[in-house]
Amino acid sequence: MKKTKLFAVIGGMSLAILSVFLIAADHIDAPDVAGTTADIADFYAFEGDDPSKTVFIATLQGLLAPGTVTDNAQFDEDVLVEFNIDNSGDFVEDLVIQAIKRGDSMYFFGPIAPTETGINSIVETVAEQNSVKISTSTDVETSSNNGMNFFAGPRRDAFYFDFNRFNLVIGGEVTPDGFLPPAEAEDFFHDLNVLAVVVEVPNSMLGSAPAHIGGSFGIGGLPPSYNVWVTLKRKQ
Amino acid sequence: MKTYILKTIFIAFCTSLLFVQCVDDDDNGNVIEQINCNDGIQNGDETGVDCGGTACTPCLTDLDFSGTFVQEDIMGRPGINTFFSGSDLVKNNFNTTVVSERGSPNFDFQGTFEATLEAYHDIYAESMGMDPAELNYETNILGLNAQSFTSILAEFDALQVAPNGSTSYYDGTNILTGRNLSDDVIDISLVLMFGGTTGTRFDGTNDTPQLTSDGVGPGSRDFTIGFPYLELPNQ
Repeated sequence: MKKTKLFAVIGGMSLAILSVFLIAADHIDAPDVAGTTADIADFYAFEGDDPSKTVFIATLQGLLAPGTVTDNAQFDEDVLVEFNIDNSGDFVEDLVIQAIKRGDSMYFFGPIAPTETGINSIVETVAEQNSVKISTSTDVETSSNNGMNFFAGPRRDAFYFDFNRFNLVIGGEVTPDGFLPPAEAEDFFHDLNVLAVVVEVPNSMLGSAPAHIGGSFGIGGLPPSYNVWVTLKRKQ
Repeated sequence: MKTYILKTIFIAFCTSLLFVQCVDDDDNGNVIEQINCNDGIQNGDETGVDCGGTACTPCLTDLDFSGTFVQEDIMGRPGINTFFSGSDLVKNNFNTTVVSERGSPNFDFQGTFEATLEAYHDIYAESMGMDPAELNYETNILGLNAQSFTSILAEFDALQVAPNGSTSYYDGTNILTGRNLSDDVIDISLVLMFGGTTGTRFDGTNDTPQLTSDGVGPGSRDFTIGFPYLELPNQ
């Protein structure tokens, strides 16, 4: 297809501007949330050290430099972190696990079927409630209850990517080479931090998993899997 | 006689024990209190069981969780919005729609994603002296053509996580069963976008651009620690 204006525009932008707007995996991914307290950096979901549990990690407010910037980073009491779990295969959340800061602690609610699905949420205060004191770089706090584990605080960013080169690659500025060989590539995130919310949940609390969506696209043999995503929602 | 003396000594010793007292002077004047925020009862100035008061975290009933919270950002699989949305407007729209409505004709995220994917190919077609119309996305290692690949990304953007099985975004054996901290999701994404049917279509060899790996790995990161799994912040 024809080269679009999009890339002409991107190619003409300065690196400084590119570095603000074009960052993966979700770090400051869109102008409306970039640099705010409601900006997701990354999302992970994986089998825990105890294989009967699933771990959900949301990282927020990416690109925190070590030291003062990290130490001063705060969760926002108006921003609800919500882990969404679809266990029926329709990509609508059947269960949510919510996390929101109050004072020096992060409060967790769920897993629970939400009162309302979609764009709007309320804090499901009727759900199982837990909390953990928000950690610092030196005071590490975790809590456990009912088979679940909780953490909130600054951590090293686990995401690795030569994002500066990526900007040049998609801007058409380094054709025909593309990305750099390992000896020359640089991991932009290597020395940066994020704010992390971590919750580990027994699978028995999440219901049975639906057929894997890959099967609908001809990818056979995939195990039943929950469909999960994270949202940040701001109090109106 | 000897037995009598021994008995007397024994009785005297036992009697002396009656006058032994434990003197509570081991706190050097400080008052030791057993009240704490984990003793399972409401005591001290706690306003609930192990909560409230001056020492413990506030009781949930004392906290205000009211209000309606509205979605500002969302994430399923890594890099989707950044890689495929193409414009600020689409990125903002993607963040403020719910997953199950992305297939609505009102949005056409799939069409945008496919156009972006093809536009990436155009850039390198021109650089290699080829007609952009002749160099297009090629069905990837998962057997997904451009339409189906961008459909699963645009309209079903959630991480799939298997409760009964090993997690991997893609390791050749486990496919889309979650996302580990260690998974090289960028290289996996690049292979799916630019690797074609073999996974090596544009891998920097045979005079092709390197588009299937960004060249970086996890470096000094440690992914072996237990909960909370992420490392302490960089200092």
